[in-house]
Amino acid sequence: MKIVLTTVSPNLETDVDPRFGRAACLLVVDTNTLEWKAQTNPGASASGGAGIQAAQFVADQHAQAAISGDFGPHAFDALQAAGITMYIYGDCQNAQQAIERFKAGQLQQVGSPTRGECDSGHHG
Amino acid sequence: MIITIASGKGGTGKTTIAASLALSLAAEQSPPPLFLDCDVEAPNAHLFLHPKLDEQQDVALLIPSVDEAKCTHCGKCAEVCQFHAIAVMGKKTLVFPQFCHGCGSCTALCPEKAISEIPDRMGVVERGLAMAGIFFARGVLDVGEPMAVPVIRQLKKWMTAQSGQVVIRDAPPGTSCPVVEAMRGSDFLLLVTEPTPFGLHDIRLAVQVGREMGIPLGVIINRENGFYPALDEFCFDNVLPVLLRIPFERVIAEGVAQGKTLVEIHPEYADRFIRMFTQIASLL
Repeated sequence: MKIVLTTVSPNLETDVDPRFGRAACLLVVDTNTLEWKAQTNPGASASGGAGIQAAQFVADQHAQAAISGDFGPHAFDALQAAGITMYIYGDCQNAQQAIERFKAGQLQQVGSPTRGECDSGHHG
Repeated sequence: MIITIASGKGGTGKTTIAASLALSLAAEQSPPPLFLDCDVEAPNAHLFLHPKLDEQQDVALLIPSVDEAKCTHCGKCAEVCQFHAIAVMGKKTLVFPQFCHGCGSCTALCPEKAISEIPDRMGVVERGLAMAGIFFARGVLDVGEPMAVPVIRQLKKWMTAQSGQVVIRDAPPGTSCPVVEAMRGSDFLLLVTEPTPFGLHDIRLAVQVGREMGIPLGVIINRENGFYPALDEFCFDNVLPVLLRIPFERVIAEGVAQGKTLVEIHPEYADRFIRMFTQIASLL
C-alpha cells in the first residue's frame, strides 16, 4: 500500500513534520517493500493554497493514505474527495515509527479537519 | 487631478484629512470634488461626509464551475491555476473559491470545455451625494472575503471624474495590494504620518511604494508635538515636502470623535488646505 508522510528531511530515518501543507518534505512509501521516494513540498513556501497543493501531490501519487500531524479544512476536503484516508502522528517522532504504527493499525484516523481555516492566502 | 491620501501606519488621520480637504475644495471649486473611500475593508469616510448612498452595484469575481459529466480529470486546470484554487483529486475536480482570483485560465484552457464561470459576489460599490455637494463613492468588501483589490478596482472604474474635477481617494492603511491599487493612477500621494517611531517606520515603507510607482509625494505630519525630530530628518533626507503640520490638540481629538472634520473644528484650516492644494498643483 502506498502512503505519503510529511517529514523534515528526505529519508526514512527522518523526524516527522507535523504540518501538512507547509511540511518540508513529502515522503512516498510503499508499506510492503519499504521502498520510498521523497519530494520537496511545493507548497512549503506557497503564498496560499499550500494544503491543496500538497493534497494534489498525494492524489497524483495514487497514494491511499496520508499521515501528518495536522490536516486543515482545504487539505481535508481535497484528500477526502480523492478517497485518501488521513491519519495523525500522535506522539510518533520519526517516519519509521509512524510507518510501523500505521501497519499495526495503531494510528488514529481523522474524520474531520484537525484545525480551523488558516489565513486564506492572498490579501490583495 | 487625482490625490490619494495614504499613510503606511493606520490611525494617523487619513480619513479626517481626506474629508477635510474635500470639504475645503468643495467650498472653492465647481464641480465639487469626487471622494472615493478605497478602504473597502473598513470604510469610514461616510461618518464625516454623510453621503446619501442611493446607488449600488455588486462586485463579483467569475469563479469556475466544473461540469463533472464532461470533465475527464486531465488536471490541466489545476496545473494552470497559480493560486491552487482548483484541484483534480482522482475522479473529482474541486474548486476552492476563496483562493480564486477570477483570471479565467482554467476555463480558457480546459480541453473538454467542461468549465463555465459563475459570478461570486465579494462586495459592493455604493455612491451618492454627500455634504457640500461632494460626489461620494465607496467600496465595501463582504465579511469573510479575502480580496479587496477587485472591489477597489471596480470603484475606480465606476466613478470617473468630470473634466476639471479633483478626485480624492482615501486609501487603506498599510502597503499591501489594496493600497497599491488605491494609489495606482494617482497624480499625487499625500502621506499622513505621526511623529512616533511607528509612524516613521511605516511612512518609510509607504514612501518606497510611492517611489516605486513613480508618483510624486508629499507628507502631512499629524499630532505634531515637537518631540520627534527623526521624522523631520527623514523627510529632509528624502526630499519629501512637508505640506501640512497639525498640532496634537485635545480639541481636535474631541471633534473627530464626534464625527467632525478639521475644517468644522477649526474653520481656519480650510485656507490651509486650499494653500496646500495650490502647492501640490505647483509641484506637478
